[in-house]
Amino acid sequence: MTIDEVRQIILNILEDIAPDEDISSIDDNTKLRDQIDLDSMDFLDIVMELRKRFNIEVPEKDYEHLATLAGCITYLQPLLKDRLAAS
Amino acid sequence: MNKPQLQRNWLKDIRSAYDTVVIGSGLAGMTSANLLAKLGHKVLLAEHHYNLGGMATWFKRKGGHIMDISLHGFPCGMIKTLRKYWSQDISNRVIQLKNVRFDNPQFSVNTSFDKLDFSHILKERFGILKEVIDEFFQTARGMNFYDDIVMTTRELFEKYFPGRTDVWRFLMEPITYANGSTLDDPAITYGIVFSNFMDKGVFTYQGGTDHLIKEMKKELLQNGVDIRTHCMVEKIYVEDKTVQGVRINGQDIACKSVLSNSNIMTTIEQLVGEEKFGPEYIKDVKNVRLNNSSCQVYMGVKKGEKIPHVGDLLFSSEAEEYCTEKILSKDITSRTFSFYYPEIRPGTDRYSIVSSTNARYEDWANLSEKEYLRDKNDLEQTTLNALEKYVPDIRKKIDHIEASTPKTFKRYTLHPSGTSFGTKFEGLKVSRDLPKQINGLFHAGSVGIIMSGWLGAANYGVIVANETDKFLRQRSPSLVTA
Ligand SMILES: Cc1cc2nc3c(=O)[nH]c(=O)nc-3n(C[C@H](O)[C@H](O)[C@H](O)COP(=O)(O)OP(=O)(O)OC[C@H]3O[C@@H](n4cnc5c(N)ncnc54)[C@H](O)[C@@H]3O)c2cc1C
Repeated sequence: MTIDEVRQIILNILEDIAPDEDISSIDDNTKLRDQIDLDSMDFLDIVMELRKRFNIEVPEKDYEHLATLAGCITYLQPLLKDRLAAS
Repeated sequence: MNKPQLQRNWLKDIRSAYDTVVIGSGLAGMTSANLLAKLGHKVLLAEHHYNLGGMATWFKRKGGHIMDISLHGFPCGMIKTLRKYWSQDISNRVIQLKNVRFDNPQFSVNTSFDKLDFSHILKERFGILKEVIDEFFQTARGMNFYDDIVMTTRELFEKYFPGRTDVWRFLMEPITYANGSTLDDPAITYGIVFSNFMDKGVFTYQGGTDHLIKEMKKELLQNGVDIRTHCMVEKIYVEDKTVQGVRINGQDIACKSVLSNSNIMTTIEQLVGEEKFGPEYIKDVKNVRLNNSSCQVYMGVKKGEKIPHVGDLLFSSEAEEYCTEKILSKDITSRTFSFYYPEIRPGTDRYSIVSSTNARYEDWANLSEKEYLRDKNDLEQTTLNALEKYVPDIRKKIDHIEASTPKTFKRYTLHPSGTSFGTKFEGLKVSRDLPKQINGLFHAGSVGIIMSGWLGAANYGVIVANETDKFLRQRSPSLVTA
């Protein structure tokens, strides 16, 4: 899976969780929380969606990796690769 | 007695096994059942009562009256929670209550109950410096679960508004009604709930509780939840520290996990049994204090009669100062009036008024039947007396009045001592630690003060459904863990 594909997957999830926000203008390296209105319940939703869509489990200690879009991509790309290979 | 009802088998065509059995259909139970079903699990939702909703409930009386029990108001966060875990349509029905009133010997104030208006009132009416107000709001907002919880709400108020019992009352009284917390509870139980309300104000559901619960039921069915009312869960079976199944109305049903929306103490002590837990854990369980219960008086306005707009929520009291003990005592003069105007149920032209007070179970549990009826009648009459100040001819306008007590809440929800808001703060840890004691056993529902109220309970349902989903998927081999 390419970086762009992983990026798109994350944006799709964010769009579902925060439909009123302008997802396309998100900057990769700024904290998501500072750009769109995300609370701790929304982060929980991201974790649930990753589990549901790709069977990926993000342990609580790794939540910090999901703070920025760039962080999400770096963290999730190898996992998504495993996922596709596994299925 | 109604014979056909007695003979009905409420477990007809039940499956022999489920992924999750959710015990109880309060907002936490329903929200978690809905989410788990949407995530693909086979879910059974078992409720002992004939209605879903738990405390989020209503009842009807002759003369076209509909009374709401816990629809006084919730924070705006409920809009998002309803959209994400229920539906856009349900969420669209949330509307703001704009006129919240206080009336007591210390002050009489109208407010939209949000940060802007509260700041203004604190400055102009109570003469507090802007810097102090801002810092207080920031501190309250900044509180979270992981903070040092040693500070009590009293200490928080002492710090920012020393000696100002009028300010304390303005800040505290509504929250005491909203979650049963007092000045002596950890400040976090105040800070989180207060800030949630201050965000944008107080909101309600247009259509009434009956409409909300009906819509939720439709969603649950659509998502494949097997809903069973009149179904009492009597036992949770545990072997080798792992959930095996439940007994409902005398029948055994297997399941991989149980999510209990029954009270946390009931879940541990009665449904599972203390012997299944570690001694250290049971020590913590024994230290959990239940939160208070409530009394309510429901007044139905005659068809054709109108009530002038005297406010949506009215915190009324004759007590000189805010006092935790007094607010729980039986000869209370502090109460919240909720005025339900026709706008709450568009298309109707009916009004109702519900008065709520916090109450202790002990004060009502040990009365003879005669004393109980006498005290209930007394409660109705003193409530009407108090209401006459705001609606002078109220006695002529109503054609129905009745009261509920902690005993009533206990009967309908099975909660020990009829607790309205679960447990005090320490109960949250016990609830969170439950799955570490027994594999596949989860609890969601009013607990720890912060997880109570409509918003708290629903969100806690989501948090725990996430953990249940994780548990269920870890039993299947395809999960990739980072
Ligand atoms: C008088 C009053 C007024 C309130 N006002 C407000 C308000 O204005 N705003 C607000 O946000 N909150 C309010 N609350 C609080 C709010 O209603 C509750 O915190 C919330 O609804 C609790 O939801 P819950 O999921 O914890 O479960 P509950 O509503 O407590 O439901 C638990 C369910 O489990 C069922 N059950 C228990 N044991 C079993 C068993 N063994 N088998 C089968 N079923 C079982 C019960 O019958 C019940 O349906 C009020 C509460 C009270 C009492």
